[in-house]
Amino acid sequence: MTALAGLIRKEVYHILRDRRTLVVIIALPALQVILFGYAIRTDVDRVRIVVVDPSPDTMTLALRARLDAAGAFRTVAVSRTADAIEPLFRRGGAQGAIVFEPDFAETAGRGLPAGLLIVADATEPNTGSIVQAYASAVVQGYEQDELARGRTIRIVPTVRMRFNPTRRSSNLFVPGLMAFVLTIVSSLMTAISLTREKETGTLEALLVSPLRPWQIIVGKVAPYVVVGFASVVGVIVEARLVFGVPLRGSPALLLAEGVLFILVSLSLGILISARTSSQRVAMMGALVGTMLPTMLLSGFIFPIESMPAPLRAISVVVPARWFVLVARSVMLKGTGLAYLWPATLVLLAMAVVLLAASMRAFHARLEG
Amino acid sequence: MTTAAAIDARDLTRRFAGFTAVDRVTFDVKNGEVFGFLGANGAGKTTAIRMLTGLLSPSSGTATVAGHDVLREAEQVKRDIGYMSQRFSLYEDLTVRENIRLYGGIYDLADRDIRDRTARMLARLGLEHAADSYVRAIPLGWRQKLAFSVALLHQPRVVFLDEPTSGVDPITRRQFWELIYEAAASGTTVLVTTHYMDEAEYCDRISIMVGGRIAALGAPAELKREFQTASIDDLFVRLARKGP
Repeated sequence: MTALAGLIRKEVYHILRDRRTLVVIIALPALQVILFGYAIRTDVDRVRIVVVDPSPDTMTLALRARLDAAGAFRTVAVSRTADAIEPLFRRGGAQGAIVFEPDFAETAGRGLPAGLLIVADATEPNTGSIVQAYASAVVQGYEQDELARGRTIRIVPTVRMRFNPTRRSSNLFVPGLMAFVLTIVSSLMTAISLTREKETGTLEALLVSPLRPWQIIVGKVAPYVVVGFASVVGVIVEARLVFGVPLRGSPALLLAEGVLFILVSLSLGILISARTSSQRVAMMGALVGTMLPTMLLSGFIFPIESMPAPLRAISVVVPARWFVLVARSVMLKGTGLAYLWPATLVLLAMAVVLLAASMRAFHARLEG
Repeated sequence: MTTAAAIDARDLTRRFAGFTAVDRVTFDVKNGEVFGFLGANGAGKTTAIRMLTGLLSPSSGTATVAGHDVLREAEQVKRDIGYMSQRFSLYEDLTVRENIRLYGGIYDLADRDIRDRTARMLARLGLEHAADSYVRAIPLGWRQKLAFSVALLHQPRVVFLDEPTSGVDPITRRQFWELIYEAAASGTTVLVTTHYMDEAEYCDRISIMVGGRIAALGAPAELKREFQTASIDDLFVRLARKGP
């Protein structure tokens, strides 16, 4: 065990002494949270909505004023009938609609539940979920304020996603970003540092030593597991402090799934390094083999449901797709393992298969 | 299967897809001998060494190193050998002391042994002042000597040196060979590959590989007599030109 501890210590020295890489590992996630965060915020300011109010009243006017005041919405049209929505949506004139039911104020005034339909154009999933979230928040705020004045108002919001009705999950950036950061730290860094040892010849010195292949690999990747883990915690905390991104589900579950994803990414890194002999090739391999799929095919940026069928099929084998799904559900919906076990099982299977494959690849290298 | 020889290869063969890199090579190296392993690039030296160090399994034939079968007892072979590659086996971003400690740990030496041997090694090399310098900061010649000493840290019975002196100035090469003789004198068997023919003359015996086979084997003086050449250099060129 002392041999292994020595290996791990050596790897920690490598990481700490390579200042530039260290800065990238630490600064990149932080920077990306800010970048992605503000990119989404500018979108929020410009969401155009159309209001359908068949029977205007002080109450509906008050709600409409609140919607405008929230800053997230800009009312581009007010209509008495719902017919106005479709053409506006089709040509992109509006991204959301708030539809009051007929006699909304009268129903609510009598203390009965009054219906409010929130329609969102879900072709752009972020905007879709933002329309939903903000409109619901405005309605709730109104109810509470009225309650404080002694009036019980019950508004029942119904949400409908247009064009892409299954796209319901909030599509915030943090879960995808976590997958991205973990891919960089685990796949890219592992591939590069293993290939560096190949290039310098130190790997050979380890291979002729009595160390077993698994010891070499564990000694190599253990520090990166820790770095990856720290990055994830950092992203979650930063996203929460700066943008108020919630963590509704179990943090332990999220971190455990994170470790699973780290193992998958590390194995990919080892596999890449087993097939390359220079750091530059390893970096390209990691970029094309892991980072691009994580960016493009995980649902991080482009929703999987709106991909063409072949890409959707490919996304099934992209580990990040499953991790993003799990992370989103845990963070934004508070979902537990009871619903997430299929995705977890996929990640687990990927981890087992890829770990075994990377050990084999590492071993096969000995057979040149 | 035990034998008195430090290395005993019998019909050792390694085939890769389409060609035979090492073709029925038979030789032995006695305990405490300095054995020169010569051959042009691609002659099969490195492949042979990789099989003897357990990095590659033979396609056919057998070999024992330090009395252990390389195929069946790879574990014991690895404990009993040291290895220094033609590239480099030290970590440049670790200090001299950290490198020694790392390899000491890998070979399961006790902390106290590591400390003692580190002190002795640094004193012998005159490197005490550089103990806490990064390896990349010390001159190449010193690094090579350090790498060799680190390969001997666990007191292996056989040490493999794959072109240990490439790119080193003549004075350092001389000093390096003094270290090799010291190791041999204390009972360590040395198998060394080199491109410098003057170094071949320093060996007790040499073999010259051509096209995966051993074309000549014996003490340098004997070989010069047998092939009637003035130097090992001439012999090498003659054999290499002729082909297998």
